[in-house]
Amino acid sequence: MNILICIKQVPDMESKFKINGEGTWYDRADLAWRMNEYDEYAVEQAVRLKEQVKDADLTVLCIGPDQVTEAIKKALAMGCDRGVHIADPDSAKREPIAIATMIAGFAKDKNFDVIFTGMQSQDRGSAQVGVMVAELLGIPAVTTIVGFAYDNGTVQVKRELEGGSKALVTATTPVVLTCQLGLNTPRYPTLPNIMKAKKKELLPLAPDVGGLGPRQETTACAFPEKKGGGLVLEGEIPELADKLIQLLKEKTTVLA
Amino acid sequence: MKTLLVAEFREGKLRAEYSQLIAFAQQQRAEAAMFLVGSAGEVPKFNGTLYLADAAKYGEYNPTVHKQLLLDVIAKEQPAQIVFLHSSYGWDLAPRVAVALQAAQVSEVVAVDNGLPVVPVCNAKLRRTIKAITAQTVLTIQAGAFGMEAEPEGTPTVVEIDTGAAGKVQCTGYEAAKIEGVDLTKAEIIVSAGRGVGKPENVAMVQALAKALGGEYGASRPVVDAGWVEHNRQVGTTGSTVTPKLYVACGISGAIQHLAGMKKSDFIVAINTDRDAPIGEVANVLVVADLKQFLPVLTEKLGAR
Ligand SMILES: Cc1cc2nc3c(=O)[nH]c(=O)nc-3n(C[C@H](O)[C@H](O)[C@H](O)COP(=O)(O)OP(=O)(O)OC[C@H]3O[C@@H](n4cnc5c(N)ncnc54)[C@H](O)[C@@H]3O)c2cc1C
Ligand SMILES: Nc1ncnc2c1ncn2[C@@H]1O[C@H](COP(=O)(O)O)[C@@H](O)[C@H]1O
Repeated sequence: MNILICIKQVPDMESKFKINGEGTWYDRADLAWRMNEYDEYAVEQAVRLKEQVKDADLTVLCIGPDQVTEAIKKALAMGCDRGVHIADPDSAKREPIAIATMIAGFAKDKNFDVIFTGMQSQDRGSAQVGVMVAELLGIPAVTTIVGFAYDNGTVQVKRELEGGSKALVTATTPVVLTCQLGLNTPRYPTLPNIMKAKKKELLPLAPDVGGLGPRQETTACAFPEKKGGGLVLEGEIPELADKLIQLLKEKTTVLA
Repeated sequence: MKTLLVAEFREGKLRAEYSQLIAFAQQQRAEAAMFLVGSAGEVPKFNGTLYLADAAKYGEYNPTVHKQLLLDVIAKEQPAQIVFLHSSYGWDLAPRVAVALQAAQVSEVVAVDNGLPVVPVCNAKLRRTIKAITAQTVLTIQAGAFGMEAEPEGTPTVVEIDTGAAGKVQCTGYEAAKIEGVDLTKAEIIVSAGRGVGKPENVAMVQALAKALGGEYGASRPVVDAGWVEHNRQVGTTGSTVTPKLYVACGISGAIQHLAGMKKSDFIVAINTDRDAPIGEVANVLVVADLKQFLPVLTEKLGAR
C-alpha cells in the first residue's frame, strides 16, 4: 500500500501570541512549535495500518518554512518511511485551496491508496484542506473520523457527528480521511526510532500552486475584544483561595 | 445579497439549527433561499423558496449526491453566498462546493464586521477578518454564533429537485451516543478537569473539589479521549451541554467546542496558568494559578468553613 500523511507544524496554543507587522497573522518569533494535534492522530493511524498490512510505504508531507522539518522528523520517528518538505516560507499566507493544490499536485501521479490528514489545523482551523485535496484528485473523502478499519481495499470508518453520535461509513481506496481527536493514542517516538529517523529520506521540493490566483485576503488579525465583567485574580495561592470563596459567597448561592 | 442557506436533515429528522442560518441571513438583510435534502413532511419554517430533494430517495448523507444537488440549485439561483452551518455536515460539504465553484471559502464565521466575515484562529485566541475576492463565497457559520430573537416562522414555496449523481462512499448506519451513568445536565455544580491537569492522578484534585462543593465532576475532551474520565462526563458539542449554577473549569483553555457546552452556566470560575486563555472570555472569575497548587488549598479551605 502507498500512503500519504499530510501534517502541519503549528504554534503551541498556550504560547503568548503577538500580531505580525502587517496585522494579518501572528508573529512567528518566540513561539514554541509542535505537530498539529489532529495530524498526530493521522500519523499514528497510518503507522498502525502499516503494522497491519506489513507491505506499506508511508510518505509524510509538510508545507512550510525550513523549521517544519522538525515536525516531519517527529513523524519519521513515529514510523513514517520518507518525508517530503515543500519548502515554502509563505505557507502561512496561503489559503486552504493553495495548500490543497500543492498537496494534490504532489500526489496526483503517485497512486496513494489512502491519504490521511487532520480534521483541521489548530492555528488556521479551516477544516478545508483535506476535503479539497480529495476533490482536486477526484477521489472520495470521509471527514472527522474517530474509528478506522481496513480490509483488502475497503475502509470502514466512524464519522463523528454532533452530540457524540457517529455515522458508520464504508469507502474503497483510494480515499482521503480527515482525522479527529481521539481516533487513537499517538505513540511517543522512542530514542532508537529518533536515531533511525535521521537516516530516512527527507526530500525538499519547491512550492508550486500551478498559477492559482488568490480567492481571499486577510484584512485584519487581532485579539478579540475583552467582553469585560470577568474578574482576573492573581497573587499568592492562599489569598486567591480566600478571595474566590468570598466571591462565591457574594455572587452565588452554592455555599449557602 | 442573494444567499442560499443549506439546512440539514439526519436519520429522518430536520435539524433545528436551520434557524441559525435564517438568523444569519436576516442579520445581513440578505435575500435568502434554502436547500434541503429532507422530507416534504417536515419542512423548515421559512418564508421563501425551499429547494427540496427527497431524502427517502437518496438515503443518508452522501457527499457526491448532495454536492451535485446543491451545484444544480446554485447554477439556477446564482447566489452570491452559500451558507452552511460549521457542523459535521457543513464542514464536509462546503469545501466540495467551494472547489467546484472556484469560490473563496470562509470557515466558522462568528461575526460580520462591516460586511466582512470574522473567524476565530489559534484556538479562539485571535480573530481574523477575511475579504473574499471571488464573485461567490462559501461560508460556514459557527454553531450558536447567530441566534434568532424569535422562533422561525413561515411556510416555504417548495421546489422539488433531483439528480442522477451517485457517490462512492456509503453510510451504513449510526451509532448512538452512549448515555449511561451520571447525567451532568442535571447537576447544579460542576468542576471540570482539562488537559492542564497534566496526568491522570491529578484528576483526583478536581474530584475532591467537586465533592467539597457538593457537585459533580466533568471534563474536557482530551481528558476523556485519554481515558482519564468517562465519556458521559464530557462537556461540549460532542458531550453534554450543561447549565449549572456554578461551573469551575480547571486547566481548560476554552475552545469553542467546550464553551458551547458550558457558557450558559450561571457563574463560571476558571483556573488557568495562562492569563490569555480564551476561557477568560466567558469566566466571571479567572484565577491565574497552577491548579496543582491552587485546588488542594481551595478544597481544604472549603472543607474548613
Ligand atoms: C468537532 C469537534 C468537536 C469537539 N468537541 C469537544 C467537546 O465536546 N468538548 C471539549 O472539551 N472539546 C471538544 N473538542 C476539542 C476542543 O477543540 C479542544 O481541543 C479541547 O476542548 C481542549 O481541551 P482542554 O482545554 O482541556 O485542553 P487545552 O486546549 O490543551 O488546554 C489546556 C489548558 O490548561 C492550562 N494549563 C496547563 N497547565 C496548567 C496548570 N498546571 N494549572 C492550570 N492551568 C494549566 C493551559 O494554559 C491551557 O489553557 C472538539 C473539537 C472538534 C474539532
Ligand atoms: N502547511 C501544511 N502542510 C501539510 N499539510 C497541511 C498544511 N496545512 C494544512 N494541512 C493539512 O490539512 C489539514 C486541515 O487543515 P486546515 O484546512 O488548515 O484546517 C491539517 O490537519 C493537515 O493535515
